[in-house]
Amino acid sequence: MNSKPLLEVNKLNIRYQTQDGDVHAVADVSFKVFPNEVFGIAGESGCGKSTLIKGIMRLLPVNAKMDASSIKYKDQEIDSMREKNFREEVLWKQISLVPQSAMNSLNPVYRVGEQIVEAIQAHTSQGIKEARERVAELFDVVGLQSEFMDSFPHEFSGGMRQRAMIAMALALDPGLIVMDEPTTGLDVLVQERILRRILEIRKQIRSSIILITHDIAVIAEMSDRIAVMYGGRIMEQAKSIDLFESPCHPYTLGLKNAFPSIKHLDQELISIPGSPPSLLGLQAGCPFDARCPFSSDRCKKDIPEVVVKEKFHEVSCFRHTDAPELREHATKLSTWHY
Amino acid sequence: MSDAAHKTWYQVFFRTIGEHYQIIHGNFLGRIGFWVIAFFLFVAILAPWLAPHEPWEMQYDSEGNFASLQMPSWEFPAGTTHLGYDLLSQLILATRTTLIIGAVSGFISILIGANIGLISGYYGGKLDEVLMRFTDILYGMPFLPFVIVLIALFGRKLEFVILAIVLIIWRTSARVIRAQTIAIKQRQFIVAARARGCSDFRIIYRHILPNVLPLLLLYASFNIAWSIITEASASFLGFGDGETISWGGMLYELWLSGKTRVAWWWFASPSLCIILLVTSLVFVSRAYEEVANPRLRKR
Repeated sequence: MNSKPLLEVNKLNIRYQTQDGDVHAVADVSFKVFPNEVFGIAGESGCGKSTLIKGIMRLLPVNAKMDASSIKYKDQEIDSMREKNFREEVLWKQISLVPQSAMNSLNPVYRVGEQIVEAIQAHTSQGIKEARERVAELFDVVGLQSEFMDSFPHEFSGGMRQRAMIAMALALDPGLIVMDEPTTGLDVLVQERILRRILEIRKQIRSSIILITHDIAVIAEMSDRIAVMYGGRIMEQAKSIDLFESPCHPYTLGLKNAFPSIKHLDQELISIPGSPPSLLGLQAGCPFDARCPFSSDRCKKDIPEVVVKEKFHEVSCFRHTDAPELREHATKLSTWHY
Repeated sequence: MSDAAHKTWYQVFFRTIGEHYQIIHGNFLGRIGFWVIAFFLFVAILAPWLAPHEPWEMQYDSEGNFASLQMPSWEFPAGTTHLGYDLLSQLILATRTTLIIGAVSGFISILIGANIGLISGYYGGKLDEVLMRFTDILYGMPFLPFVIVLIALFGRKLEFVILAIVLIIWRTSARVIRAQTIAIKQRQFIVAARARGCSDFRIIYRHILPNVLPLLLLYASFNIAWSIITEASASFLGFGDGETISWGGMLYELWLSGKTRVAWWWFASPSLCIILLVTSLVFVSRAYEEVANPRLRKR
């Protein structure tokens, strides 16, 4: 992880223009993804996780406006690239996507194999025979029998479609695979199987993975490093172990409370009161301020800077120096629900 | 690796053709429609050889009498006109004209309608606005009078009849396909295709088009049917190509002769042909819905 970053995003802003004003879905987001790692992005619904990815992959709807000081993939500025080059050289070849609700991401009128062949042929000059062999190989990797490549999507179960989408994402050996909620809509058993398969694949190939999910348990199990998003900003990012052992941001503390722990089964779960902020219009202050039990006057006025606590541990909170104290308070129910 | 990986493109191609044949034949109405259309096609192609007499030649029966207004018989299976023309021969030769008009104007109109609908629906915005307002203007035109005015302007020739029909008939297909395109472009698999690096062109013609294909085929057959009906109406009103015979033209001759109440066989056969062909087209297009929507297929 000390090598050069594969993907480097600097100060990315995305806003949706609506009739009621601008919605700032992503604000000042910076992060790096290193080769051969799983980078998790966690956050509740509407915090801007998917928008962030769509922005990087240029899949935003027309009413979205994006600016970034830089987005680099292997030292190449990909945000200023021409549309055609980006589509032909970067998309899928370098960065591929397992989209949200991957189950509905297969075109119902084409055979599953055909669609993967299309993805391969759109970017390489492989013949159909070669491409079909590749598909059979990919099916094998994701644990599908290759006879099924000539089936239609509706003949697949949800888990199978999910695997097919993962196979498609692997097709061109991209350096980076983005998985947007890859297990949403699947039951826990299938979810477990898919996740295990992703981990196995990860050992076989050398791609990095960006894993986006609202499921803290999934992200904890899968990721090397985690970024926690809230209200369009990254609140805290750290190595997985550090994030769970020594969280510094009140939101991370709250999230940790809200999930059951295997070690302390008798512990009562504490929820974070309130609901996520509206991202309409420009806000002053920290987005988490309204729900934060430790908020101060300063939190209402200014947006906290990102502070590097130690290597790979960044937090944006004015009270990051009080972290040990906050951690102690945060475990009490009375701190959150008074 | 399994055998599935080793299928070459022509095996895939022939399997697809075979499936299409099975689909039409798996559906009862589709099968009827298919054979009726095949029959008319056969007649149209071989028309000059199949027709027993010249279409505009006075006929005499076996006893040497002038065969005017004869009921269907062994000699004249579809009867004769008041001038003693053989209706069966006219009917056979008219099939060719009618099929040409139907096929050509149906094909061109769906080509225009589908492209305008797809582009308008996919890109949206100003382009959509311009194209759809233009379609609206065409919607304001009454169909048959518009066609008649065009034919009157251009002249009574087969090409111009087709042109006049095409100019107006694409409007409905454009509208319907635009609506469907808008619905489909929101679907997740289109976003997925874009993420895969597909160009707009590829998304429109490879990913959206097959999904609107059932509608397209349905409207293609409607367009063919409407062209046939419109041509018949225009001919009936005296705006057909005077040089060629069509089913509508035959009805026009009947009208001119003033024998409408007497010669039931004269209007029965052309009308029946129009009805049979138009219905068959609809049957086939219905069966074809299954091609583009594999979920409807039987397994």
